[in-house]
Amino acid sequence: MPTITQLRASYQSGDLTPSDAIRSLAETIESRDPEIKGYISYDTEAALAEAEKVDLSLPLGGVPIAIKDVINVKGQPCTCGSKYLAENYTAPYDAGVIKKLRAAGAIPFGRANMDEFAMGSSTENSAIQTTRNPWDTSRIPGGSSGGSAAVVAADEAIAALGSDTGGSIRQPAALCGCVGLKPTYGRVSRYGLVAFASSLDQIGPMTQTVEDAALLLQAISGHDSHDSTCIDEPVPDYSSFIGQDIKGLKVGLPKEYFAEGLDSGVKSAVETAIQQLESLGAEPVEISLPHTEYAVATYYIIATAEASTNLARFDGVRYGHRSENAGNLIEQYHHSREEGFGEEVKRRIILGTYVLSSGYYDAYYIQAQKVRTLIRKDFTDAFEKVDLIASPVTPSPAFKIGEKSDDPLAMYLADIYTISANLAGICGISVPCGFTATDDGKQLPIGLQLLGKPFGEGELIKAAHAYEQATDWQKLA
Amino acid sequence: MDIPHIANLARIKLTDDETSRFDSQLSQVLKYVEKLKELDVSDIEPTAHAYPVFDVVREDIAHDKSFTAEESLSNAPAQALNQFKVPKVMD
Repeated sequence: MPTITQLRASYQSGDLTPSDAIRSLAETIESRDPEIKGYISYDTEAALAEAEKVDLSLPLGGVPIAIKDVINVKGQPCTCGSKYLAENYTAPYDAGVIKKLRAAGAIPFGRANMDEFAMGSSTENSAIQTTRNPWDTSRIPGGSSGGSAAVVAADEAIAALGSDTGGSIRQPAALCGCVGLKPTYGRVSRYGLVAFASSLDQIGPMTQTVEDAALLLQAISGHDSHDSTCIDEPVPDYSSFIGQDIKGLKVGLPKEYFAEGLDSGVKSAVETAIQQLESLGAEPVEISLPHTEYAVATYYIIATAEASTNLARFDGVRYGHRSENAGNLIEQYHHSREEGFGEEVKRRIILGTYVLSSGYYDAYYIQAQKVRTLIRKDFTDAFEKVDLIASPVTPSPAFKIGEKSDDPLAMYLADIYTISANLAGICGISVPCGFTATDDGKQLPIGLQLLGKPFGEGELIKAAHAYEQATDWQKLA
Repeated sequence: MDIPHIANLARIKLTDDETSRFDSQLSQVLKYVEKLKELDVSDIEPTAHAYPVFDVVREDIAHDKSFTAEESLSNAPAQALNQFKVPKVMD
C-alpha cells in the first residue's frame, strides 16, 4: 500500500487519481477484511463522490483516511463499537479533526473498529466484531484503536486516525507494526470525539511511516473554538523535523520502565533500538520516574470517574438505543443502558460511579488527582535533564484472543508504559523496532516508545524518523 | 462495594450474574488501588487537567446557526410535536 507521500506523488505525476485509489482500497478491503475485521463499515460510493471534487493542490488532497468509529463524520454512522449507538445514530456534524482533514483535502473513508467507547486494550470489547492482528490472526491487534492499527498494517488503509486515552494509539500501533502518535493534551481538538475521559483523550495519526504521521498531525493540529481545552498554540511545520540529525539529543531511560514484568524479546529489541539511537549521536541518560508504580491505579480511578459522568448522556432520550421494556423514565434509563452497554463499559461505569460517590470521593478520586500531580512532576523534572524519554510501549507482544478476557486487572496492568503520558498530558510516539517469534513460528512486531515535552511533537518526529531511516523494520512492516 | 446501590446511582440495571462478577473483579481492583494510600499527599494540589486552562470565553456574538429542531431530533428514538418523546415521568 502506498504511503501518503507516495500516493501524493502518484497523483502529481498523473499515474493515479483519487478515484483509482479509493477503488483499489475498496477491493483490498473486500478481500482482506472478512478475515481481519478492522472496519465496522465503509461507504465506497460516498468516498468516490468526494474523490471527484477534491483539490489535489492541498496538502492531503485526495488522500483517503480511515477514521476510528468514535469520531463524528457528518452523515456516517459512529457506533463507538457499542450496541448502544449501532442504532438510531447518524452523525449530524463533522468533528473538529474532520473539518481540518477536509480543509487539507483528505477523504474520510472507512470506520475502524474499536473497544466499546474506547475502553480496552485488545479491541475484544467491541460489541460489533473482534479485530484480528494481521501478523497472526489468532491474536489481538491491541486497543482501543485496534481497527485503525490493523487496517493500516493489513494494507487496507493508507493511514488512519485513532484516539488515545491511556495508550490506545501507541499500543495497537506497536502490536501491529505501524507508527502511532499521541499528541500533547490540547494540541488537537476533541470536538466531535465521543468522550471517554475528557482530561486524557487525544486524537492522533496512525500511519505506515513517521513522515506520514507528521503530515497527518499537521493537518489535524491547531485551535478549535468548539473545544475549550484545545490550546491556541502555534503549530510548527512538522515536516521540517524530518531528516534532521539527532546528534547530542539527550534520551532519558527511565529505570522503572525496564524493570520486572518486561518480556525478554521486547526488552532486547528496545535496548537494541536505544543503542541504534546512540550510534546516531543521541546521548542516553538514565533517569527515574519514581511514581511509575502508582500510574495504573491513578489512571483507573480518574479515567473511570470521567467515563461514568461522560456516559451519563446515554439515557435513551436523544439518540441511540431505547429499551422497549420500560414503564417510566427512570426504568428507561436503567434498561436502555443495561441493553446497550457491554460488560467492560458497565464495569468501568460502576467503578467510576463508586469512586465519585459520597463518602469515597476524597479517598479515591481526590487522592488519585493528587498522585496525578506527582506523576506529572516526575516528567517535568525528567525533562529538565533530557530532551526525550525512550521506553517499551507494551510489556509483551500481542496476546491470544480470549487470553485475558476474564481478568480485567491483568489487562489494566499491561497499560503501564503508556498511561503516564496521558496523566501528564505530554506527547508520545510508537515506532516499529523489531519482531519477536512465537512458539508456532509467527513474527510479532514490537514498538519503541518515545515521549516528548508538552508541544514537543517536532522532537518526537525528528528522533523517530532518524531511527526509522537507520533501520529496516518499517520496510518489513 | 455495594454494587446494587452504585448501579442504581449509575442508572444501570445489572443481572445477578453481573453483580456477583463485578463484586469480585472490582474488589480486586480496589485492593490494587489501595497502594495510592502509601503516598503522603497532604500538601499536594490535585490535578484536574494536565494543561490548566481557565474560563475560556468568547465575545457574546451569535455564531453561525446551530442545529435546527429537525437536525436535533434526527436521531431521536421517539419524537412528537418537534420534541423528544419520553415515557411518563410520574405515576
